[in-house]
Amino acid sequence: MSKVNKKTAASQRGIEKCPTGIAGLDEITQGGLPRGRPALVCGGAGCGKTLLALEFVVRGATKFNEPGVFVSFEESSEELTDNVRSLGFDLDELVRRKQLAMDFVHIERSEIEETGDYDLSGLFVRLNLAIESVHARRVVLDTIEALFSGLSNTAILRAELRRLFRWLKERGVTTIITGEKGEGTLTRHGIEEYVSDCVIVLDHRIQEQLSTRRLRVAKYRGSAHGTNEYPFIIDERGISVLPITSAGLNHPVSTARVSSGVEGLDTMLGGSGFYRGASILVSGTAGTGKTSLACSFARATCQAGERCLYFAFEESPAQIMRNVRSIGIDLEPWIKKDLLRFFAARPTLYGLERHLAVTHQQIEAFKPSAVIVDPATSMMSVGGAHAVRSMLVRLMDELKMRGITAFLISLTHGNDTSVEQSDVEISSLIDTWIFLRDIELGGERNRALYILKSRGMAHSNQIREFVLGSQGIDLLDVYLGPSGVLTGSARVAQEARERAAGATRQDDLRRQRTELLARRRALEAESEALRAQIQAQDHAIERLAVETQAEESRGEADRSAMAISRKVQRPVDRGSRKGP
Amino acid sequence: MSRSAGNPRSRKARSAAAEELSAAWNLRLYVAGRTAKSVAALQNLTRLCEEHLKGKYRLEIIDLLEQPQLAKGDQILAIPTLVRRLPQPIKKIIGDLSDTERVLVGLDLRPGSAERRLASRR
Repeated sequence: MSKVNKKTAASQRGIEKCPTGIAGLDEITQGGLPRGRPALVCGGAGCGKTLLALEFVVRGATKFNEPGVFVSFEESSEELTDNVRSLGFDLDELVRRKQLAMDFVHIERSEIEETGDYDLSGLFVRLNLAIESVHARRVVLDTIEALFSGLSNTAILRAELRRLFRWLKERGVTTIITGEKGEGTLTRHGIEEYVSDCVIVLDHRIQEQLSTRRLRVAKYRGSAHGTNEYPFIIDERGISVLPITSAGLNHPVSTARVSSGVEGLDTMLGGSGFYRGASILVSGTAGTGKTSLACSFARATCQAGERCLYFAFEESPAQIMRNVRSIGIDLEPWIKKDLLRFFAARPTLYGLERHLAVTHQQIEAFKPSAVIVDPATSMMSVGGAHAVRSMLVRLMDELKMRGITAFLISLTHGNDTSVEQSDVEISSLIDTWIFLRDIELGGERNRALYILKSRGMAHSNQIREFVLGSQGIDLLDVYLGPSGVLTGSARVAQEARERAAGATRQDDLRRQRTELLARRRALEAESEALRAQIQAQDHAIERLAVETQAEESRGEADRSAMAISRKVQRPVDRGSRKGP
Repeated sequence: MSRSAGNPRSRKARSAAAEELSAAWNLRLYVAGRTAKSVAALQNLTRLCEEHLKGKYRLEIIDLLEQPQLAKGDQILAIPTLVRRLPQPIKKIIGDLSDTERVLVGLDLRPGSAERRLASRR
């Protein structure tokens, strides 16, 4: 039980890694190659084995202060030095600084006769000498299988290779052994059998005239690793592997908003525009104003004092600028201030991976806060839907990781609400999806805009008419008529109709008001008359009361007078009234 | 590398003189310590030279454990390796030299081997 626990603990800690320093490879292998062990890099001719191995020692020497030994069995040191100079690797300099030792092991079969038993101690001696001369921590044997074509006793060779790898392990040097791909096996002579810790397979494919290099970690004992085929490119900086999923989904999220550059659109997006770092897709058919919208966004970004990088894959920057100037968007000053940068290239100029790498380099160099890709779908001409999707996923992952707002344009065909396959492919990655479409009505084509989705905000569900005026883009309220959405002249007509109808209604109201007023006045008069009547009645009642009292007091006086006259009562004593 | 590139010319110059001195054969045996294979190779070689090249050869024995830097110059991989430096062209015979017949062929000491060499050049 305790043994099991120990084992899990060890596997959690993982084996020690030796970073290759090759862009992307360390992410896939989660830290690099197994330290102190041999790793096999194999693949067909021209797949980049030698370069990968060489970059491993060069980066080791320059980045990690780990000197290296490069033993070549195929190219002389001079050839190799010349070949990689274009990649900025100065091997002569590294040799001078004692950070690199090179040895060219050459076997000329015609010179060699084999008689009896032998071993490869000579190779060991040379390797040992090279390792000690620079205190190497890294070793490359490129391509050790050349021994098989130089020497015929394979039994000896195999035994000696086994001994060699063991010896390298004992010395604790991290080794790359390269091997040529064989028929149905990873290497022509099956040396993967001896190098069991880590196997990396390289591949170079041509599909539809475009070449793609791919890398796969076929095996990595004692470590988790990415298992996919990862595209990689070789350019003037060496090898870059482009991990598809290494970004993961743990990118920081911002609640800050950035303006879309169109006031009406900002309002539709919950009042304040896109989220910073969001992925925005603008889909639309040809001529629906996608580029204008993009330029509007670019201008808004620059106006906020931030950088915007514009990848133009279909139009030249000059043409885009000229065109949007006609709608009152002048991008020239922003280019002069270096807040806006265009990068234009034909999609077919490179393969997808190369595009991605170039994009990556441009982003790295310019550090924009917003990136526009116009149009992202043009990549379809370079690769299949799946490849394009994976490229866009990687691009968006990268942008998300860096908190860069991505504004992608997608050209669709057909003019209805059915969305394109290309859009569906990436729609799940999109945070805000804006749809531009034509509405044909009354002999006119007008543009309309609506928000298909916008994550995390209360966005408008309305279809708005989208007008390109001389002062930029304007979103107008759309009129809904009996036949649907009204745009353009139909909208204007509807507006007029509504104005007329409004006027009629107002007349009605005025008349009704007059009538009512008259009625009110009549009623008021009536009520005045009634009030007068009431007053008259009140007077009458008062008069009656007075008269009654007068009557009563008169009656009293009469009775007194009578009593006095009857001598029943004395005239003065009025208080002691007594009945007769 | 520059050292070995410079060698053939000087070697050629020396070879003319050497032929006159009737020491036309310049042999080098590379070993790495006193292993069984090395000892066997040396014994086999000495016997063979005494039989076929008596008085016309010079034999150098190089132990790479002592002089590892010499392995590069003659492109030594396998041990033991016998290098025929003279006469030209350079020949290498690897192994313990136990197969005398093959060693003699390898050193061009067998009749017919010269023609075979010419054929292979063509």
